[in-house]
Amino acid sequence: MPIRGVHIEVVDLSHRYSSRGALTFDRVKLEAQSGEALAIIGRSGCGKSTLLHIMAGLVRPTSGKVSLDGKAVEGPSPRWVMMFQAPHLFPWMRVAQNVGIGLRFANWPQAEMRDRVAEALRLVDLEDFAENNVQDLSGGQQQRVALARSLVMEPELLLLDEPFSALDAFTRASLQRDVRSIAKRLGINLVNVTHDIDEAVLMGDRALIMAGSPGRIMHDITIDLGDPRERQDPAVQAARAQLMKSFEGAANAASGTAGSEAGDTHDADHGSSAEFTGMSAAESLGTARA
Amino acid sequence: MNAAVAPARLFALPRLSSPAVRRLFYGAVGLGLLFGLWWLGGLLLYLNPATRSFANFGPIPTFRAFPELIGDGTILRAIESSGYRLGMGLLLAITCGVPIGIFMGRSQTFRQLSNTPFQLLRMISPLSWEPIAVIVFAKWDAAIIFLIAIAAVWPVAFSTAAGLAKVDPAWFKVSRNLGARPWHMLSQIILPAIAFDVLTGIRLALGVAWIVLVPAEFLGVTSGLGYSIEDARETLSYNHLTAMVLVIGVIGFALDSICMLLITRYSWHRQT
Ligand SMILES: Nc1ncnc2c1ncn2[C@@H]1O[C@H](COP(=O)(O)OP(=O)(O)OP(=O)(O)O)[C@@H](O)[C@H]1O
Ligand SMILES: [Mg+2]
Repeated sequence: MPIRGVHIEVVDLSHRYSSRGALTFDRVKLEAQSGEALAIIGRSGCGKSTLLHIMAGLVRPTSGKVSLDGKAVEGPSPRWVMMFQAPHLFPWMRVAQNVGIGLRFANWPQAEMRDRVAEALRLVDLEDFAENNVQDLSGGQQQRVALARSLVMEPELLLLDEPFSALDAFTRASLQRDVRSIAKRLGINLVNVTHDIDEAVLMGDRALIMAGSPGRIMHDITIDLGDPRERQDPAVQAARAQLMKSFEGAANAASGTAGSEAGDTHDADHGSSAEFTGMSAAESLGTARA
Repeated sequence: MNAAVAPARLFALPRLSSPAVRRLFYGAVGLGLLFGLWWLGGLLLYLNPATRSFANFGPIPTFRAFPELIGDGTILRAIESSGYRLGMGLLLAITCGVPIGIFMGRSQTFRQLSNTPFQLLRMISPLSWEPIAVIVFAKWDAAIIFLIAIAAVWPVAFSTAAGLAKVDPAWFKVSRNLGARPWHMLSQIILPAIAFDVLTGIRLALGVAWIVLVPAEFLGVTSGLGYSIEDARETLSYNHLTAMVLVIGVIGFALDSICMLLITRYSWHRQT
């Protein structure tokens, strides 16, 4: 599969679900380079899923826009694929049919479709399960099928809405590792919404902390760690502790008076955002909050 | 289905403990008992001089009637005419019922708007439409087809709507994301997702239609299974009458079994 990613630019995105309802989030800005893996962390209800739905073109924003490589997202497309908390496989189709459904929508010839599906199944280590009934698979295997179903479209961008949160710790760890390595290998952008700080550290090149109601991006933190990332690694542990601290800080700032300081942080562009490797990050982060 | 299970089942087949053989065995015994009772009834009719003229209702005269009824084409003709009416009626019911059901399932406004009138129409005994149908339609055939359709449309529509209500909305989101156009949504997602419910509705509809068909043919028409029974009664050929009744039972049972097979074939629901 060819290597490709996409430059993401979200400009002043605001959303409310009903015209008289409260803002879900307010003038969110973010930018990601081609092939970059973003993690978005935030408390429940701050609008993370809504943000992903808008980026996927499944929901229209109230105002603002999402551009991919300079082109505005107007609707859903197989070039940017979203994965959900549940795999949502089609139970009347076998594994291979589930994986190939997007190609089928695009009227691919049978033979090429078979090859593409086989390749996607190999990527997620499920080549022996092509003819299985999806209802016979474990939760982790089902989520792998959903991943293959997304990858088969050769997307530029994978939007993950907590797709590992319902899995056991072991399965989750292996999927976190695999998704990151596949995305890196194919050059795909990741935007990964999660509650799990570990996951953000293990999978992200950058972590955005979203908080408040309406939600805002309070911190933008570069996670400069090598691959593969192991949970026990001291550098990973240190990054985790740091992220935890700014997460709590953001939550406090959001629950207090709407901090102008927080607003400044989210306006700060990528270059000036806090950046850290292991322990040295403490300082740069400390200055950012001082 | 499962490669690991199939060979094991194959080995178990000759034994009575196998569920399939067991079911077949009990089915045959039950059928035997029914025929035994029938035979006993026929014998009682025969033994009592007052009812001896009805002894032809018994199974032996009934089975003797078959060569004649088959030979002169009575059975085949009756099946043909009734089959045509049933088929057309059901086809009409399905082509109206499935879209109505999908619309009910997809549009809340339509569902709320239509629920009360549909429930009311549903509760009108199909045969009570007969006088109206006869006035409206010039041909008896058309009237009977209308009666079957009006009886069969409700189970199809309501079952379709119920099936759609159970469809996971995330399936639409996923397919939209993967590039599904409305046509794909219908053919690849909605229809397979609700096939089980539609077929269950069709099975119910078939049952209702089959019940409506025979009495509907008692009047006016000069062909079909219902007519044959009426005709046999008027000519006092009681064994022809019971033979036709038996044919109705067998065909109804066969049609219902076919529906059951289709339901099993297209069901993706897991029994737990
Ligand atoms: N379809 C909807 N219609 C109306 N309001 C909605 C809808 N979806 C979400 N909301 C509201 O928007 C807000 C943000 O929801 P969202 O699902 O984006 O949060 P989240 O950050 O993903 O939360 P979680 O971490 O629990 O998944 C919530 O207050 C929620 O009640
Ligand atoms: Mg969410």
